[in-house]
Amino acid sequence: MLNFLQISRFRVSYQRGEVVLAWAMVSPWLAGFLLLTAFPMVASLVISFFEWNLLSPPEFVGLAHYHKLFFSDPLPMHSLRITVIFSLASIPLNIVFGLAIAMLLNTNIRGLAVFRTIYYLPAILSGVAVAILWQWIFSSDFGLLNTALRIFGIEGPAWLGSKVWVLPAFVIMRLWSVGGGMVIYLAGLQAIPTDLYEAAEIDGANWWQRIFRITLPMLSPTIFFQLITGVIFSMQIFTETFIMTDGGPANASLFYLLYLYRQAFQNFKMGYASALAWVFFVAVLLLTLILFATARFWVYYEAESAEDN
Amino acid sequence: MSSTGVSLSARQIVSKIIVYAILGIGSIVILLPLQWMISTSLKPLSHVFRFPPEFFPQQVIWQNYPDALNQLPFDLYFRNTLVIVILCLVGEVLVSSVVAYAFSRLRWRGRNTLFIVVLATMMLPRQVTLIPEFLIFRELGMIDTFGPLILPSFFGNPFYIFLLRQYFLTHSRELDQAAVIDGCSRFGVFWRITLPMSKPVLAAVAIFSFQFHWNDFFRPLIFLFSADNYTLALGLRFFQGTYGTEWNSLMAVSLVVMLPLIVVFFFTQKYFIQGVVFTGYK
Repeated sequence: MLNFLQISRFRVSYQRGEVVLAWAMVSPWLAGFLLLTAFPMVASLVISFFEWNLLSPPEFVGLAHYHKLFFSDPLPMHSLRITVIFSLASIPLNIVFGLAIAMLLNTNIRGLAVFRTIYYLPAILSGVAVAILWQWIFSSDFGLLNTALRIFGIEGPAWLGSKVWVLPAFVIMRLWSVGGGMVIYLAGLQAIPTDLYEAAEIDGANWWQRIFRITLPMLSPTIFFQLITGVIFSMQIFTETFIMTDGGPANASLFYLLYLYRQAFQNFKMGYASALAWVFFVAVLLLTLILFATARFWVYYEAESAEDN
Repeated sequence: MSSTGVSLSARQIVSKIIVYAILGIGSIVILLPLQWMISTSLKPLSHVFRFPPEFFPQQVIWQNYPDALNQLPFDLYFRNTLVIVILCLVGEVLVSSVVAYAFSRLRWRGRNTLFIVVLATMMLPRQVTLIPEFLIFRELGMIDTFGPLILPSFFGNPFYIFLLRQYFLTHSRELDQAAVIDGCSRFGVFWRITLPMSKPVLAAVAIFSFQFHWNDFFRPLIFLFSADNYTLALGLRFFQGTYGTEWNSLMAVSLVVMLPLIVVFFFTQKYFIQGVVFTGYK
């Protein structure tokens, strides 16, 4: 991972035919980038300064949408807060469970392929069908979760109907696809040279020391990558809340993109929704940058030889 | 000496048993939701709301499936989804590998700078550009057509470009050069050497693309309106809105919608897991 940042620096002479072909070959991506990313980014910022419902001409309102978003409309910051809280709970739990299962699978057990298939299966499923399934699992009287809890004498809450339990419910649901990260950690574990552990054993290191001094540092680039993609993925939660709760009860699961969707495509407030989109972009960017800033304290990179290509 | 040997192996056996027990219980927990789904889909509605709920249906009603699927034109939704998914897959695999080739095997000024742009867009939440994108497709008269869902795939996908580039970089450059000396064109090298050598990663990208577009709900929700254009995801959502508490029917239809993905997963598991590992770890 991240070796893509180590780009070779030696000088080469470019061949004309190769350069022309290269530009021809990247041109579809470049066109898409300009048309569907760069231009819309700028356009979105411009539109955010206008009041526009698609029917009447846009009207310039300056920073009014941003003022509304931060100060007079309570919902954007509420939805951003619960989206961040959800992410802060969901991501670490997925990493811890994913790592734990990977470590158990990496103990020379039989049936590794079978276990791996089982644990990975839910990670391929997502979208509406999964959301409907989990809505049924969380049903308070007849749902699977509370039925299972009753076996242990616990009377579970009305998960999706409770302001307190609706966010934990979403966290539990996302935990079902823990296998997605697990296969990546497993591959990482299998790539750690065994002589490191043998040397540690000779030096008298116990199990905990081996975990914290060898396994976790060697896996830290992988964990870091999962953390970054986890933030981007969790912050974009939409389909589940749209299908299962429609933001309820009392906006307790009104995740940010659901609010943005409502403003843009139900109320047709294109200007306000564009402002919401830009604030979301900045929020995700800030979270990612904070994580990148912490990386040098805990992410361990082996010296890698630069590729010359 | 012998006593420590025995106690050690006894300890190892105990820890093995604990590991299997934890993994076994974990597997049950992971599979239970699917079992619950199948079991509910086969129950008569009166048994769905029976207290305490049954883990296995006492009465199996296979008729639930045709009954539920005939409520809405799911065959039409299936065809629509298939058209979108296949065209997106073709576009993403083809264009992303062409672009990735230029980013890995060709030498040209600006390559590294542009590749950093690719990486940056990979991390960009797509919703940020959604509103202008909607307005562009509206200007083009493409709202409520498959256009906005399919066309972007033919510009390549940054994530797949990254994945393919990383894979292409592992090939030796000497092979390319030998082919060029033998009179093969640069594009010929890409088409006849690089692509055939990259089947595992191409398979992984194809599966990821299939999986993403099969599950996708957000973009169809925004761009499609008329019922004739619905994908399975939209149809399922509509079905839920209409038959909200008929959980046996809902589970039956949801399972049918998931099934193609599960089947594809079982047949292509190797590439799936290889691809995932390649994205997250390499």
